[in-house]
Amino acid sequence: MSAASISVAKSPLVLYALRRADDALILGHRLSEWCGHAPMMEEDMALANMGLDLIGQARELYSYAAKVEDAGNDEDTYAYLRDVRQYRNLLLVEQPNGDFARTIVRQFFYSAFADAYWRAMMASNDQILAAIAAKSEKESAYHLRHSSEWVIRLGDGTEEGHRRAQTAVDDLWAFTGELFYIDETEAGLIVDGRAVDPENLWASWVETVSCVLRSATLTSPSSGWMQKGGRFGQHSEHLGYILSELQLLQRTFPGATW
Amino acid sequence: MSVQNIQLWEVFIRSRNGLAHKHVGSLHATDAVLALQAARDIYTRRGEGLSIWIVPSNSIIASDPAEKGMMFEPAMSKIYRHPTFYNVPDEVGHM
Repeated sequence: MSAASISVAKSPLVLYALRRADDALILGHRLSEWCGHAPMMEEDMALANMGLDLIGQARELYSYAAKVEDAGNDEDTYAYLRDVRQYRNLLLVEQPNGDFARTIVRQFFYSAFADAYWRAMMASNDQILAAIAAKSEKESAYHLRHSSEWVIRLGDGTEEGHRRAQTAVDDLWAFTGELFYIDETEAGLIVDGRAVDPENLWASWVETVSCVLRSATLTSPSSGWMQKGGRFGQHSEHLGYILSELQLLQRTFPGATW
Repeated sequence: MSVQNIQLWEVFIRSRNGLAHKHVGSLHATDAVLALQAARDIYTRRGEGLSIWIVPSNSIIASDPAEKGMMFEPAMSKIYRHPTFYNVPDEVGHM
């Protein structure tokens, strides 16, 4: 790899936008890995559609970050020229696809949060963030509906589906605490009325998740120890593999277009 | 997942208000809820629709292709059924 990583300004607002953008990009990339491999053609399309929604959200948030940072970066340099430690996405979204149940449960946990998050962000006093939220909310509302319906069918369907879905719920649960993580830079933006306070979304997220898991005859894990790290650049081993694939072309042939 | 055992559905999309739902294709889904979502994901990706109908394919009663002589040929020779034998007054304009 020859293209060097960019440096990014330590502005709270840039970091805030990059965190949300990185969530969307990495989860979108994970979904794109299913393209051509899903259990049935209909679901292949559904997963790719969701992936494209997420990558679209990432693009808008990166463009916003670039405008705020005003340092010559753009959506491509953020995506292609930052290394693992510079990515700020949730650990949840970088977890491997696993089987279909695991992908669906990961999507469900994220979408149940993202949908409420975007809806709250529509009231941001930052007009661009509010506009991005208004567009994203419609997309995440559908992702939540689609993943919920599958969680219910996997959990309340065959014995094998139930076992796989319950395993995914149990394994991924420890990554859900980070959805609600904030640090002091983000707390400042919340006070300013730009950013969303995820604390306010916790009760409704728990309600949404437990309601769907109950319909699916799955057991909600008792909240225990939670993983965190992605928001400040400490990732699982999986992100490096994602980035090496995602960034290969631009790192090897800087500025390549086709 | 064995697709062979999954029910087939026909998809109808209405593209604009005032137009009829039009058959666009079919898909496999285990039940009506997922069929509707699959229809949305497969057939409205490029803004094709404002409304979707899905119908279980086995609910459609189709004419038998082997009977097309009896069913359709008698209409072929009756050109007088086409509304082309009227003189439209100029005042009517385009119709």
